[in-house]
Amino acid sequence: CGSNNLVSFERALDKFECNCMMGCLLHGRYHEMAPNIVPMDYTKDPDVKLPIQLIINMPELKENPFKERIVEAFSEDGDGNLSFNDFVDMFSVLSEMAPRELKAIYAFKIYDFNTDNFICKSDLEKTLNKLTREELTAEEITLVCEKVIEEADMDGDGKLAFADFENMISKAPDFLRYKNCLKNYQMLTCWSNI
Amino acid sequence: MDMVLSSEVFLPDADNTSPSVTFLQELPSYQSILRRRTSAGGTQDRRQNNHGFARPPAAAKRNFVERAGVKSEAVVRSIREYALNIPEKRKLRDIQEANVKYLSGWDQLKQTRNKSWKKFLDETKELSSYLELWRNDIHSIEGKFGTGIKSYFSFLRFLVLLNFIIFVLMFSFITLPSTISQYGVLNSSYVKVPPKDIEPQCTVYTISGTKGLVYFYTYIIDLLSGTGFLEMTSLFYGYYRIDMVHFSAIKYNLPLAYLLTTLVYLSLSLIWIVKRSVEGFKQSFVREEDPFQSYCNKIFAGWDFCITDPNASRLKHSSLKYELKTDLEEERLRQKKARRTTEEKLRIYCLRIFLNIFVLALLSGCFYSIYRATIYSQENISNVSSKMTFEGNLFVQYLPSIVITLANFIAPLFFSYIIKFEEYSPAFEIRLTLMRCVFVRLANIGVLLFSLGNRIVCANEKCKACGYNYELYPCWESRVGQEMYKLMIFDFIIIFAVAVFVDFPRKLLVTYCSCKPIQWCGLQKFQIPENVLEIVYGQTICWIGTFYSPLLPAIATIKYFIVFYIKKISLMHTCRPSKKSVRASSSNFFFLAVLLIGLILAFIPLGLSMTRIRSSKACGPFVNFNSSWDVVPRTIRGFPTALQKVLNGIASEAFAVPFFMVICLIMFYFIALAGAYKRVVDQLREQLVMESRDKQFLIRKLTEAQKRS
Repeated sequence: CGSNNLVSFERALDKFECNCMMGCLLHGRYHEMAPNIVPMDYTKDPDVKLPIQLIINMPELKENPFKERIVEAFSEDGDGNLSFNDFVDMFSVLSEMAPRELKAIYAFKIYDFNTDNFICKSDLEKTLNKLTREELTAEEITLVCEKVIEEADMDGDGKLAFADFENMISKAPDFLRYKNCLKNYQMLTCWSNI
Repeated sequence: MDMVLSSEVFLPDADNTSPSVTFLQELPSYQSILRRRTSAGGTQDRRQNNHGFARPPAAAKRNFVERAGVKSEAVVRSIREYALNIPEKRKLRDIQEANVKYLSGWDQLKQTRNKSWKKFLDETKELSSYLELWRNDIHSIEGKFGTGIKSYFSFLRFLVLLNFIIFVLMFSFITLPSTISQYGVLNSSYVKVPPKDIEPQCTVYTISGTKGLVYFYTYIIDLLSGTGFLEMTSLFYGYYRIDMVHFSAIKYNLPLAYLLTTLVYLSLSLIWIVKRSVEGFKQSFVREEDPFQSYCNKIFAGWDFCITDPNASRLKHSSLKYELKTDLEEERLRQKKARRTTEEKLRIYCLRIFLNIFVLALLSGCFYSIYRATIYSQENISNVSSKMTFEGNLFVQYLPSIVITLANFIAPLFFSYIIKFEEYSPAFEIRLTLMRCVFVRLANIGVLLFSLGNRIVCANEKCKACGYNYELYPCWESRVGQEMYKLMIFDFIIIFAVAVFVDFPRKLLVTYCSCKPIQWCGLQKFQIPENVLEIVYGQTICWIGTFYSPLLPAIATIKYFIVFYIKKISLMHTCRPSKKSVRASSSNFFFLAVLLIGLILAFIPLGLSMTRIRSSKACGPFVNFNSSWDVVPRTIRGFPTALQKVLNGIASEAFAVPFFMVICLIMFYFIALAGAYKRVVDQLREQLVMESRDKQFLIRKLTEAQKRS
């Protein structure tokens, strides 16, 4: 992938703190999604963004019910178009290397559908619908949302602020603590137990 | 620190109506969770980064690496366990090695010894995992069908191993000495049991159908029912008519060995099962689910981000949906139960009593039909003549097995139908149906043995001479062994036939025929409880039958070996994954509990026949003894007097009663202790709820105070 790219990859590699192989692999993935738009040469630090439709078709994200929200959470302006830095960011947070607190921050962003910095009842309903593919009845959805807010809401405002969310997620059980889900370039690993 | 970070990472928003509660991160409980995670090899606190990409900068990582390297204790964690990348791990190792020279000589020695010991343990664990039977098969089953079904196959593997060990025991201590002494290998000789003081008619024992011209199909009948030429082989009890085997200088007491090996294999099975179930019990007791956060955990930590396969994702969606629905259902039922009026309670209790009476009636019907079938079959076996056709002969031989299998099939259908009317909670419903099915299956074997026992032992003239019915059953132990052998063979045939003639045609129908009712039935689901009961039933037969047929465990091993492959192929090709997710830990404990019930039920007929019924005078090693158990007192009489006195003392009432009382006291103490712990746990749970409410109240007050200021 060229040694001159290494210099500009520094920032990307910096995040990964791994060898340049990872950076090259990620760049390869980014490039193959749209070879016409993404240049091979990143020395000039080009301003290229890939649209959301391409990214949510990646095999790692395709089956994820929250794929649109994930991509939107990592994009700079919230519309889902990722530059290469955002792309690397996404993979780094969703890998096993990322600290739990960081994952909690981004998880909160993902579940906050209306981006008002709170997970309110409508956000929960949308989350639930995505999770069960809308196969629960309206009454069941309301019940579950009420239960969730009852369990996690600390300050009693009827919606989850980031502090409530983080407090709750820190108590979620640690299943696959040391299980290594890392494959070669699939950095999207088991996050269900943040 | 965190407030600054939050505002950097989050999108700036205009109106923030309520100020974010930020001091939750300063709570001691949160800090200790963080500290526990950090010390387990997690991450450090971050310093903020210009780009807003919060990642630990190299400096912080370096500090962590250095801190991890300099550990004052001699115990150094394995570098593999730290969540660092390769260059960092290399740095950590260098630091650790550099620090070694600062430790004293003794600490260095301890360190190296610990390290090499850990390495040795890891390597042996890896090696032993390669030796495991069917490791890859079970792994692939787990991947496709989940942990519940995988625990069924691990259970099957455990039974194969158990049966193999029992076979090795019986073969090496009973069959091998008999066979090699009969052929004079190793300078051995044997003393055939001379009949002393026995009525001559008790020793008459002829096996029909082995001499002269016989039809060819007689051999097949003999193979399938253990009669004829098979009866005189080492497969059955009757072959071992040897008293003492002499190996150059050693005298080997075969009857004693026979009895002791039986006791050993029973206790070995008991200990092994109890040991395995204790592990499962511990796991299932510590509830994995947090009762305070079950819904949150399911929604926010329920989806596995590793899923890339569409089938797996569909499965995960439906299993999450099913879990949520079950939770809501249980909540609804709990509320409904709380709202029940006295009238309704009375109605439900009456209904339950009526249905239980119905269950008892059904069970008595089953037992009676098995009893009659056994009597009929035994009567007609004795009258067997060459006039009977091949099929008729086989039918008569296998009649009890057929009736038992039918009863085992029909009764569970009834139970699962009537349980709906009894209105229990879903979890209890499943458990009660299972208990009833277990009872039916195991009691059926008991009824068969009981009806057989009734014919062998009788109160009238026929049995007075020898203590058992010598005309019909000159060698009754072999006959019991034959019945167990037939049950086992038939069970295997049924498993095979169901897989070939029911599962595969169903799959073909569903794949190629598109009419509504068939598509509605769909592919079958792998029913774990029914399959487990099937193999527990087979294992109980094996345990009971091994005393009467020492090579039966070998047949059981081969049978379960083949059943594993039959079930695996049937599962992979004809079953669809179940939407319910079954927890592996509770499954393991349930399987072993049912197996334990089977083992305890196997003790009863064995114990009774070993101590109560006169052993046959015409065959077997116990010809000169009153009962099989008699061998032990006679051997003890041959011991030195001091040892005799001790053993007699242990067996006497003077010892047994106080011993029993002490055991009762100890058990009572542990039960009281467990009750006290349960009360403490409940109190602590209540306290936790109170504390959480207090915390919420205080946070609300603080928030209001913050707002005002």
